[in-house]
Amino acid sequence: MTDSTREHAPVVVTSPVNLSKDGGSAAALPPSGLARRRGRGAGWAARLEIAAMSAPAVVIFVTFVVLPVFLAAYYGFFRWKGYGKPTDFIGLHNYVIIFQDPLFMGALKHNMEILVLSLVMQGPVAIAFALLLNKKMRGQSLIRVLIFVPYVISEAVAGIGWSLLLGGQGAFNALMRDMHLNFLDKDWLSNPRLALWTLMIILTWKYIGYATILFLAGLQGIPEELNEAAAIDGASYWQVQRRITLPLLGPTVRIWAFLSIIGSLQLFDLVYIIWGQYVASTAGTSTMATYMNQNGRVSGNFGYGSAVAVVMFLISLVIALTYQRFVLRRDTDGALTGGGKTR
Amino acid sequence: MTADTLDATEIHARRKASKPKTLGWGNPVVYFVALLFVAVMISPVLYIVVGGFRTNSQITTDPAGWPHPWVGRNYLDVLTNGVFWRSFLNSSIAALVTTAGVVALGLMVSFVLARYSFRGRGALYTLFAAGLMFPMAVAITPLFILIRTMHLMNNLVGIILPGIAFALPVTVIILVPFLRAIPYEIQEAAEIDGCSRLGFFFRMVVPLSVPGVITVGILAFIGSWNNYMLPLYVLNNQSSQTLPLSVQTFASGPYSADTAKILAFTSLAMLPALGFFSLFERRIVGGLTGAVKG
Repeated sequence: MTDSTREHAPVVVTSPVNLSKDGGSAAALPPSGLARRRGRGAGWAARLEIAAMSAPAVVIFVTFVVLPVFLAAYYGFFRWKGYGKPTDFIGLHNYVIIFQDPLFMGALKHNMEILVLSLVMQGPVAIAFALLLNKKMRGQSLIRVLIFVPYVISEAVAGIGWSLLLGGQGAFNALMRDMHLNFLDKDWLSNPRLALWTLMIILTWKYIGYATILFLAGLQGIPEELNEAAAIDGASYWQVQRRITLPLLGPTVRIWAFLSIIGSLQLFDLVYIIWGQYVASTAGTSTMATYMNQNGRVSGNFGYGSAVAVVMFLISLVIALTYQRFVLRRDTDGALTGGGKTR
Repeated sequence: MTADTLDATEIHARRKASKPKTLGWGNPVVYFVALLFVAVMISPVLYIVVGGFRTNSQITTDPAGWPHPWVGRNYLDVLTNGVFWRSFLNSSIAALVTTAGVVALGLMVSFVLARYSFRGRGALYTLFAAGLMFPMAVAITPLFILIRTMHLMNNLVGIILPGIAFALPVTVIILVPFLRAIPYEIQEAAEIDGCSRLGFFFRMVVPLSVPGVITVGILAFIGSWNNYMLPLYVLNNQSSQTLPLSVQTFASGPYSADTAKILAFTSLAMLPALGFFSLFERRIVGGLTGAVKG
């Protein structure tokens, strides 16, 4: 609140200057306001405004988001320790090493497993909870706040909490022993056969509230008239959900899945915090990002680390574009007909 | 037209009137399942907060127990600890400046994208929207080099500028439809009254966009407050660290055996984001869904 009001102060101070500067030219170009609608080229003043108002954001965005991606592509061709100019050009050698390194292939496999398991574990449960909570009931807003809490707290806090909770002498195992569920007293974090599933449980805990809230909002955007009409026509609750609600929720689900896929491919924080930089690969939870961190920054091989970043970028790009094409096709078909086809 | 609106309000009123009948306590099974869900989501958080009130010997003898007796010393120790407050201050400065920057730059560029027609507008929008696909992990290695070249290591500016850049895509995607929805009649009326487009921006758009600005502001704030990867690369010395980093340093450093104090430190570190969130819950949820639909 305070920062948004603070934000207004300097803005108001500069406005008279801009006003007087623009006032003269606006008189010379009376239809400037309507030109926008006709899609005609903008006048000088308008061009200046466009440039002045978009430049700061574009400069910062290009410098810190776009440029690094291109720099990574450039550095990736060098053997480079990160100091001075990269001179030791080695062509595609870094990429050859990446794809021959079983540790990278292991990390890639973990990413793919996490990607699929996230969709499978979070999607159906979140939809079920959203349907369950999509009723007019007391305490709904409180429930919404509470299930969203894990999403809001930082990965660092969540990671430390979970590693203390699930450690060998942690509270979870003690609780299971107290309840005589001894088969659940396990080495959750370091057993390579369990660690990935532990990670999946933590990820589900962290992000399922977000999915549920998204779906709930999607459900509440469906006009009540449709449900009423179906009910009048004699449809049961389940028929309404299956034939009307779920198909109409389709676009929301597909966008959630897209965000989840991108998140799975870039996963770093939780793995790094819980498993650290060395344990992750032996526990079977390493990801491309933790591999990049260890073999790039930590070992000081910035050329190699950049090449890993490029590989991550390309994999994400290919998957994202493929998925978008798929989503576009589905959504141009229309959610209702799409639902009809699955019958 | 008036008949239409009358009709609509009448229907609305009728539906409202019939509501109290249906708004009961509902199905107990629904409540039971919802309660179970909430319990699973909240218990790890409760474990951290409550665990901070125990002593280490309590935690060793019975890891899953309740505090007996409750001790406030861990929390007091953390609250009188210089490291906590310094990282708290660092986190606050970084989050506030990032938020201010995101709002200022995002509002301006969104206004251009929403209200001007020019060649390349679609490309400009796509540029920002495509940024959504590439979170920090992909750019972090060269970003680190870039920041080091700019001599911004161990400097909050080194996380604020990239923080603004990476928050811009969501901001633009939320704000552009928001600004486009401001009726053209208002703009035309302002023009007739002799207001330039820039004057329109500062006098009409900025005040009218406050709800959208609050949404993107909160998202930027929480994003910056929780960010881990960027500070991990940029802030190496302890005096410049933000809370997520110092929580981790605390948990793995000299205090690594002091579980109770780690829990207290961790729960104090998450309080501000939680408090902020519970104050603005509606806005955040609305903003996220708005982003998805836009």
